Amino acid sequence: MNIHEYQAKELFSKFGVASPAGIVADTAEAAGAAARELGGAGLVVKAQVHAGGRGKGTFKNGFKGGVHVINTAEEAETIAGQMLGQTLVTHQTGPEGKLVSKVLIAKSVDIDKELYFAILFDRANSTHSIIASTEGGMNIEEVAEKTPEKITTVTLDPTLGLQPYQCRKLAAALGLRGKLMNQAVKLFSALWNLYSKSDCSQIEVNPLAVTKDGEVMALDAKFNFDDNALYRQKDVVAMRDTTEEDPREVAASEFGLNYIGLDGSIACLVNGAGLAMATMDIIKLHGGEPANFLDVGGGASKEQVSNAFKIILGDPNVKGILVNIFGGIMDCNVIAEGIVAAVQEVGLSLPLVVRLEGNNVDAGKKTLAESGLNLVSGDGLTDAASKIVKAVAA
Amino acid sequence: MAILVETDTRILVQGITGDFGSRHAKASLDYGTQLVAGVTPGKGGQFFEHNGHKVPVFDTVEEAARETGATVSAIFVPPPFAADAILECVDAGLDLAVAITEGIPVNDMIRVKAAMARKKTRLIGPNCPGVVTPGRGDKSHGGCRIGIAPGYIHKRGNVGVVSRSGTLTYEAVWQLTTRGYGQSTCVGIGGDPVNGTSHLDVLKLFNEDPETEAIIMIGEIGGTAEVEAGRWAAEHCKKPIAAFIAGATAPPGRRMGHAGAIVGGAEDTAEAKKRILRECGIAVADSPADMAQALLTVYKK
Repeated sequence: MNIHEYQAKELFSKFGVASPAGIVADTAEAAGAAARELGGAGLVVKAQVHAGGRGKGTFKNGFKGGVHVINTAEEAETIAGQMLGQTLVTHQTGPEGKLVSKVLIAKSVDIDKELYFAILFDRANSTHSIIASTEGGMNIEEVAEKTPEKITTVTLDPTLGLQPYQCRKLAAALGLRGKLMNQAVKLFSALWNLYSKSDCSQIEVNPLAVTKDGEVMALDAKFNFDDNALYRQKDVVAMRDTTEEDPREVAASEFGLNYIGLDGSIACLVNGAGLAMATMDIIKLHGGEPANFLDVGGGASKEQVSNAFKIILGDPNVKGILVNIFGGIMDCNVIAEGIVAAVQEVGLSLPLVVRLEGNNVDAGKKTLAESGLNLVSGDGLTDAASKIVKAVAA
Repeated sequence: MAILVETDTRILVQGITGDFGSRHAKASLDYGTQLVAGVTPGKGGQFFEHNGHKVPVFDTVEEAARETGATVSAIFVPPPFAADAILECVDAGLDLAVAITEGIPVNDMIRVKAAMARKKTRLIGPNCPGVVTPGRGDKSHGGCRIGIAPGYIHKRGNVGVVSRSGTLTYEAVWQLTTRGYGQSTCVGIGGDPVNGTSHLDVLKLFNEDPETEAIIMIGEIGGTAEVEAGRWAAEHCKKPIAAFIAGATAPPGRRMGHAGAIVGGAEDTAEAKKRILRECGIAVADSPADMAQALLTVYKK
């Protein structure tokens, strides 16, 4: 789950992480009022979308740049008016771009030094770690490759978390001495508090800035949350913006399905995440391109299967469908009934190959046969994959 | 011999009265597993009845283990309570806790893993299909089935299977069984990024097990567990190994169903893992349909 910059700022302010003051606005008038409240001058107006490269982006109405420095409230209002309700295209949004429905008005700061500071889940060590670097504003992977000596890593104890001495060590490594060290320690502790209390799996502050006024501040941050913990993070869930997500994925999540949209032409409906991935792989191996990852899980109902099938059929890129079920827990007949129900409702003009194996497979095959559905049976994985690839190519 | 559990191992089920737990407790009883106790707090003293079986339910794992001699737990409790359920097994001194539960917060598992260090109890999972040591009866009846795998697809024999995914384990097992090759033990280590037992841990157990003659290892994108196991095997494993890595077509940065199945860097892609495993002398199948076939290229019986 991603969040907007203004939401990250709200989290920062709630947990006491220093960052430039800002106010979010969803109309041009509100943007003007926000700018007045922040003092009118020395401000930036920033389009709020889940994508990087906003500053260099272009709106579909021709307006250039999703980030503008402004010096009067009137200017803020005009600029916000050009952004709101418009679609911003950046190198990360794809050509379709993203609709801007909110702008952030924030104080712009004079930066003396840009640093990098991230807390992230450390899979190799089953804990969390901190990565800090003197090279702020840059891609950390690049820094790691070219100048690894400029990166400091601190692995946290799984039960103790970030300790004050570690904050001081990190501040020292970043060259933050004197008053800056105290500020940095406070900021790092607050950030850790936010990270652990909100069940984050990553907060990447880039840049962490030292301003010309001698303050340490988080200027921009990228958040990731542990999806498994969202049940106890109501405030985080409330920040979800489904208009930023793939509509197919939003629909799937409403039905409790595990779906990820891809660019290919062969849709697949599978039980189990491992088999779902492997099914995509085998489609590719036989010369096709998968249109999605879809795991209906082990305990899916007929309705879930039917909804899953409808989501697949609603994707205009899909030219054929492969259903691959190894019913361990999953009852093959439930899958069959779900498919039949969906097709009765929305019809089916695409080639469909079904491979059923396992639990109650005979009943499932009977249901499909008696439905009169125009489908091809796959006898095993290889047979099913090669049949659907051929059918789509034809 | 097999690994982790034998057909006479006595198991208990935490969450036996829940929908998920009861469904699979019944399937295990039907399979002939020595399922001797259930645990549901507040329902101690009741019985879980199925097809003539009468399994006592206890309030705590400690009581269940003491009264019935159970040494292994299958955990089916919902995610918010699962970490606590695992720790209860550790406290009761069980040999093995198998956590089937999917969706445990990573912070909970980080704390559990730290708390389990240097303790007697081994954890398999979470988010796993469980462990099966097939029986010697018809359709492998009489085996020890812990978790959610379909019992009937198995056959007792000499191939060890270890995997992060449930359905891919079933695929591999079915490919073996239909070719006449049985399994010693099938271990689903789970799809989460923080788990109790790794591919490497299971390879070591298979390597020491006289009944196991060959191994199928199934992995996926994300992390480096398969690579570590492969590098160890190249030096130390005396038995032929075949492998499959799922996720060659997965887009980077997206979580593919399993919380742990996400490509983060250059080394945890399917291609990188396959290349390294091949360098380690492992027979890697490019297609999930060829897992057993790949093993038979290196395992001659």
